[in-house]
Amino acid sequence: MNEAFVLSILVITIRAGTSLLYATFGAILTERSGIQNLGVEGIMMVGAAASFAAAYHSNSAWLGLLTAVLVGVILGCIHAFLTITLRAEQVVCGLAMTIFGTGLASFMGQRLGPGNSTMVGLQGPAFERIGIPFLRDIPYVGEALFNQDILVYLLYLLIPVIWIFIYKTRQGLELRAVGENPQAIDALGMNVTKTRFTYTVLGAIFMAVAGAHLSLGYLQGWADNITGGRGWIAIALVIFSTWNPLRAVLGALLFGGINALQFRLQAAGTTLPSSFLNMLPYIVTILVLVLITWAERRARRLGTPTALGIPFVREEKK
Amino acid sequence: MNKSKTLAVQMRGITKHFPGILANDNIDLDVYSHEILALLGENGAGKTTLMNILAGLYKPDAGQIFLKGQEVEFHSPKDAITHGIGMVHQHFMLVESLSVTDNIILSLQSSGLNMHTSQVKKRIQELSKQYHLLVDPDAAIWQLSVGEQQRVEIMRLLYRGADILILDEPTAVLTPDEATDLSKILRKMTEEGKAVILITHKLNEVTAFSDRVTVLRAGHVVSNVLTKETTKKELARLMVGRDILFRLEKKKCKAGKAILEVEHIHAINDKGLPALVDVSLQICAGEILGVAGVAGNGQRELAEVITGLRSLTKGKVLVNGQNITNSTPFKVINAGISHVPGDRIGVGLASNLTVSDNLVMKAYRKPPIVQGQLIKKRSILQFVDNLIKVFQIKTPSSETPTRLLSGGNQQRLILAREITASQGMLIAVYPSRGLDVGATESVRSILLEQREHGAAILLISEDLEEITQLSDRIIVMYEGKIMGIVDPDTTNLETISLMMAGQALSTIEKHGEEKTIA
Repeated sequence: MNEAFVLSILVITIRAGTSLLYATFGAILTERSGIQNLGVEGIMMVGAAASFAAAYHSNSAWLGLLTAVLVGVILGCIHAFLTITLRAEQVVCGLAMTIFGTGLASFMGQRLGPGNSTMVGLQGPAFERIGIPFLRDIPYVGEALFNQDILVYLLYLLIPVIWIFIYKTRQGLELRAVGENPQAIDALGMNVTKTRFTYTVLGAIFMAVAGAHLSLGYLQGWADNITGGRGWIAIALVIFSTWNPLRAVLGALLFGGINALQFRLQAAGTTLPSSFLNMLPYIVTILVLVLITWAERRARRLGTPTALGIPFVREEKK
Repeated sequence: MNKSKTLAVQMRGITKHFPGILANDNIDLDVYSHEILALLGENGAGKTTLMNILAGLYKPDAGQIFLKGQEVEFHSPKDAITHGIGMVHQHFMLVESLSVTDNIILSLQSSGLNMHTSQVKKRIQELSKQYHLLVDPDAAIWQLSVGEQQRVEIMRLLYRGADILILDEPTAVLTPDEATDLSKILRKMTEEGKAVILITHKLNEVTAFSDRVTVLRAGHVVSNVLTKETTKKELARLMVGRDILFRLEKKKCKAGKAILEVEHIHAINDKGLPALVDVSLQICAGEILGVAGVAGNGQRELAEVITGLRSLTKGKVLVNGQNITNSTPFKVINAGISHVPGDRIGVGLASNLTVSDNLVMKAYRKPPIVQGQLIKKRSILQFVDNLIKVFQIKTPSSETPTRLLSGGNQQRLILAREITASQGMLIAVYPSRGLDVGATESVRSILLEQREHGAAILLISEDLEEITQLSDRIIVMYEGKIMGIVDPDTTNLETISLMMAGQALSTIEKHGEEKTIA
């Protein structure tokens, strides 16, 4: 193991962790409001496909990103309408969203290339890495942290912003309260439906942007099943983080790191079978979930929003 | 008092339907400032619905609300709050994981990002002093006692300048000391010109707290009186619609042969500690055996062991001579034991299923309900309609989910099912807990009626009055042991209390004899 090897792992850790963290933030915001969205994988997938197609045809990565935001708004509204307005079963809706999103993205991938052809293998505009002068020269971490694309830098800003928003502002307090006890919020004269709608849509935007970072930043291209289960890992990370965005950063780094390690080991020609290495992140997901749940159980406070997954109904006698 | 009472709220012709239930029927209500008004009525009389309308949670189907003479219309709780109306619900509307201050900030109608935490905390402390409302602004809600949580709710209303405070069953969850404190706080508030409305079904609460009473029955206002000009007896009559027997008719027990025999049983509780130690008892046909004791002294475990829900470690249980020691609940039921569980909603009912589903839950295995493997709808209807009539279960229809029934009707439903399935042995655990006066009376008379028909009944209750009224013999339990068996007609309450505190009957009697000798 030489210095270059470690450095390359660090670089990939950050790049792979970025889309995970966007998706996890999206899921945290949604779940804090009491809505479960298991459609992360599907929304990411559509976000990745749509943003790449838009970027390719307009030759602008920024237009691609804007398209991802739009995808988030549309899919978020669908999920919110089903689960909040119609009070449909949230788990089923989320799973349907993933199945639908995977299919739709795959269809887009086959048809949205030049002349209705496939997008696989196309080279398009991307968010290139921009080195930040001086900072990138910090030994060891400089190159990994400060020679990344713009979405990574945006995420650096979002980490403290989201944390402060959730824990230190009025709106964040309302968000937390709505996921804990919507009846109380309603009795206080606030609009539960509106709050939940807002954060479900906002969360979906984050998930779609997570997808866009895959096709426009990290992998720079389209391939079928581009997300490769990252959406599911994000859902696991939410539990790992106990709905705290700072702990989510830790989790995203851990999983980004395992991802990077797996790539590098394969590239270095290790004797371990590649299928085992591909399994690694998912095995760790299961292990971490078991450990976290067990430890938090013992501490008796899991941090799960109490009203998570329960539709809010005002005028019903219990 | 009575300094410049002014009309604060007028509700006129309020009507509200729920599916199958007319909760409020053309109700008029007046509330004055400087006054505590008690809204009295049985469970299901429509008190809470009426107040939820005033607090903006429900929209009335018809009717008007006037505040200080001005007509208002509330579309949400927010509208009611801006007009100075605040409600403390029976189930507190607090976010458990947040602090007191956070909960109060949530209720403030301000916008913007800043929470102004330190200013809010200061104001909380000021109000704390002004109204003697002791709350720690930094404590998380889940750390507080129920009484303290109630203070947070009241604080929240005061903070927002509410002039009209509605409290739903405020003392139901309080210790006697906390209730006295609450009474002082409420007095202080009316002195400052606020109006207080208490929703209650407890007569003691009315006489201890209120200046005026409005009595509701089945969605109507039946009376409006000043508290000092009425009596508990009259209020009870108004509330239930007939005279209430505070003392039930009980014929002399004609005990037959022993139905249930429990011999030297031992059992352990959920924590693995001894719950029952060498308990023996016998119940004969046509007899009620009362089990008294402070909660948690093995009563629950005793019922569970007999009904097959808990295994015993030593001893024997016999019904009609048949050994049912450590049998499954199914075998116990077949042996003829019926069970009215203490946890009515959790154990006694499947509350999302309909009244008829719950009623046939023990009869569905046998004809005529079932033929071959198929359930016969028509036989069920007959069976269920008959029970609803005989046990006077008030329900919109036999297809209504049981969770929509009042507590008294839920309990009558369970009694109907259990008594029909029973073959001479009934175990009733806290049968009247949480029920209002009328429902309690009806549950008790059902038990006495069964005794007349020759049933053997084991009655477990924390209510000493209930035990002494209904039982032919009383056993007192303390730490899983039987302290003694007494006759309610010849024993005074003091002896029973001493036994509940852990003195065996034999030592009390010896002590008594020594006293008489000395």
